[in-house]
Amino acid sequence: MSRLQVVSGKGGTGKTTVAAALALALATEGKRTLLVEVEGRQGIAQLFETEALPYEERKIAVAPGGGEVYALAIDPELALLDYLQMFYKLGGAGRALKKLGAIDFATTVAPGLRDVLLTGKACEAVRRKDKSGRFAYDYVVMDAPPTGRITRFLNVNDEVAGLAKIGPIHNQAQAVMRVLKSPETAVHLVTLLEEMPVQETADGIAELHAARLPVGRVIVNMVRPEVLDPAELELVRTVPRSSVARALSAAGLGGARRGGNAERLVDPLLEQAAEYAERYALEQEQRAVLGELGLPLDELPLLAEGMDLAGLYELATELREQGMS
Amino acid sequence: MSPDPAKAQDTAPQQESARPHLSPARVLDIDPLLDDPKTRIVVCCGSGGVGKTTTAAALGLRAAERGRKVVVLTIDPARRLAQSMGIDSLDNVPRRVKGTDGGGELHAMMLDMKRTFDEVVEAHADPERAAAILANPFYQSLSAGFAGTQEYMAMEKLGQLRARDEWDLIVVDTPPSRSALDFLDAPKRLGSFLDGRLIRLLTAPAKLGGRAGMAFLNVGMSMMTGTLGKLLGGQLLKDVQTFVAAMDTTFGGFRTRADATYKLLQAPGTAFLVVAAPERDALREAAYFVERLAEEDMPLVGLVLNRVHGSGAGRLSAEGALAAAENLDEPRIVDQGGGKAGLRNSPDTYGSSEPPASATPAPDDGSPAATDDGSPAADPERSVDQLTAGLLRLHADRMQLLSREQRTRDRFTARHPEVAVVEVPALPGDVHDLTGLRDIGHRLAAGRTELS
Repeated sequence: MSRLQVVSGKGGTGKTTVAAALALALATEGKRTLLVEVEGRQGIAQLFETEALPYEERKIAVAPGGGEVYALAIDPELALLDYLQMFYKLGGAGRALKKLGAIDFATTVAPGLRDVLLTGKACEAVRRKDKSGRFAYDYVVMDAPPTGRITRFLNVNDEVAGLAKIGPIHNQAQAVMRVLKSPETAVHLVTLLEEMPVQETADGIAELHAARLPVGRVIVNMVRPEVLDPAELELVRTVPRSSVARALSAAGLGGARRGGNAERLVDPLLEQAAEYAERYALEQEQRAVLGELGLPLDELPLLAEGMDLAGLYELATELREQGMS
Repeated sequence: MSPDPAKAQDTAPQQESARPHLSPARVLDIDPLLDDPKTRIVVCCGSGGVGKTTTAAALGLRAAERGRKVVVLTIDPARRLAQSMGIDSLDNVPRRVKGTDGGGELHAMMLDMKRTFDEVVEAHADPERAAAILANPFYQSLSAGFAGTQEYMAMEKLGQLRARDEWDLIVVDTPPSRSALDFLDAPKRLGSFLDGRLIRLLTAPAKLGGRAGMAFLNVGMSMMTGTLGKLLGGQLLKDVQTFVAAMDTTFGGFRTRADATYKLLQAPGTAFLVVAAPERDALREAAYFVERLAEEDMPLVGLVLNRVHGSGAGRLSAEGALAAAENLDEPRIVDQGGGKAGLRNSPDTYGSSEPPASATPAPDDGSPAATDDGSPAADPERSVDQLTAGLLRLHADRMQLLSREQRTRDRFTARHPEVAVVEVPALPGDVHDLTGLRDIGHRLAAGRTELS
């Protein structure tokens, strides 16, 4: 089981939710996980219903069986100042650099540096050990940038090594790449059963493979429950309206005769079933595409009541049951 | 014990359609906006995954078919949509879209960020200098996709299209940013960086003739470049300096252009549409966006709410549907065991407006298969019962979804009652051709009548 679990996915597929559920799942039974956010969106804080996370590791949840989830929102500016302080004792000069816009430059515009700082911080947490020599965290889960940017984000080596051929940034990038390209890391992609996210997932996997980054699993999120099975969908197309009306009437919904309450329900209900059938067919198509990727697939259900803290624990249990942790 | 379905139904609102009514007073009317010759730019913004690109394309098509000469700038369209519009070849210039109706024209393009950046450089530097910039590794990395570059280039392209003045309406899709606000901030940030103090500092030694120039710098500055050198490695710093020196002449241009585009966004001919779906995160982001646009004096015309669900059977509540489904789940033999006066015979006992039960073929009478062997699969009526129970459960899901969407929207409306809203019903599949876009356009424009 890789100790750095990177979760990416197309925008809107719920990658933050999946990352958080995975952190919870991995923490179950006395383990300790760190959930890392790199895009400054404070999505973790919203999900766990806490105040905005500072640039500091703090406990945000307790997993079933006594495990703990810590969270960290990595701020690239602060990470850089940290880094300057650590290696150059540049506390005061760091502030001067900030004033000049150099920090802004390094973290916003200078290619790849921001990504090195973000992945570097996550890798540092992966390798960190306490006094007794135990790893500080059993697992680090990263809520990473979306699929379209994930390979470039993780492939800091190419980005930065080309620019900084020597020097500490270069060394840092090398150290980070050693972790990211090893079996210590697994990159998971979150998708929905819709055409665009599935396409993007397939593209993302190809890019990750090409960059020799370790691809983990594909997690299909927000899967709707099967309400009508294929046999019933077949029947929807052939069933006489009058028999449905009679069944509705028998169920206590009014008269089955033309214009009766039950009869008037038939058309809208069949229409909803037809929409369901169309979507079901599209979803099956996308499932088949995902199946051809040759990666382990996990499915997480769409939570009927919307996403909240309780739902997060539910998803964590699902992930455990599907063997993801 | 299941609740009495009849009772549950009685308490449900007695409206024929379940399209929930929006509480805000204003409904966004799309056609007058598109038809008004004074509308020159429509910007579609919002968080990722809410159908921004599709909305932009549908608005563009509708405006064109209503007679305007339109160009749609998309950032990251679905492959099949791009193919069907003929804009999947990345040449960074608008192409006429074939197959539109009416007297107008639709042109569309997909943004090529790197190419746009190259064009800016080429436009502002002499050929020799431009070549030096384009070959610089720092520039290559910056232009190939740095956070913020895409936003900057989208705005740059918008400025270019506007300057060409060949179209009377430009519809812009915004990049799938990590936050919806990025596209407002990034251009400014990049603009001010490229024109900033740091750049001037880095440029200074090069201007003064390389290392000799260092002597003129004060201690603070040399410490600074020294530190950067240590941090980034000497090679990188040199690349930066070369890049900066080569770019020097174009900086003024960058800043001016960023400012001009920003002003263009505030101009009266510009209309912002915030796009969202009736989901918590998307609407929260939309609310931030509404507030931010107000702060920046950018003209918001309304909210497009995509993927709104409705039901033609809204008078049957979720509870009522589930209770009825439960009734159907019980094999008939159980009912009969409980006596013919059981719940399943209730149609004749409730609903005074209903025809007498005798006029309805009584399903409980003489259904031999159910009493025979109790094998439900073999019994066609039994499978109709099961199917009907499934239809009712599907309906219950739909009604629950509806009320969840309604709650989410109410929260937005409470925060921003002043924002006009148009809703677009959810479609079961994706849109990938002009017919689909036309349909969306129609739904966008029809939002008004459906609601009133």
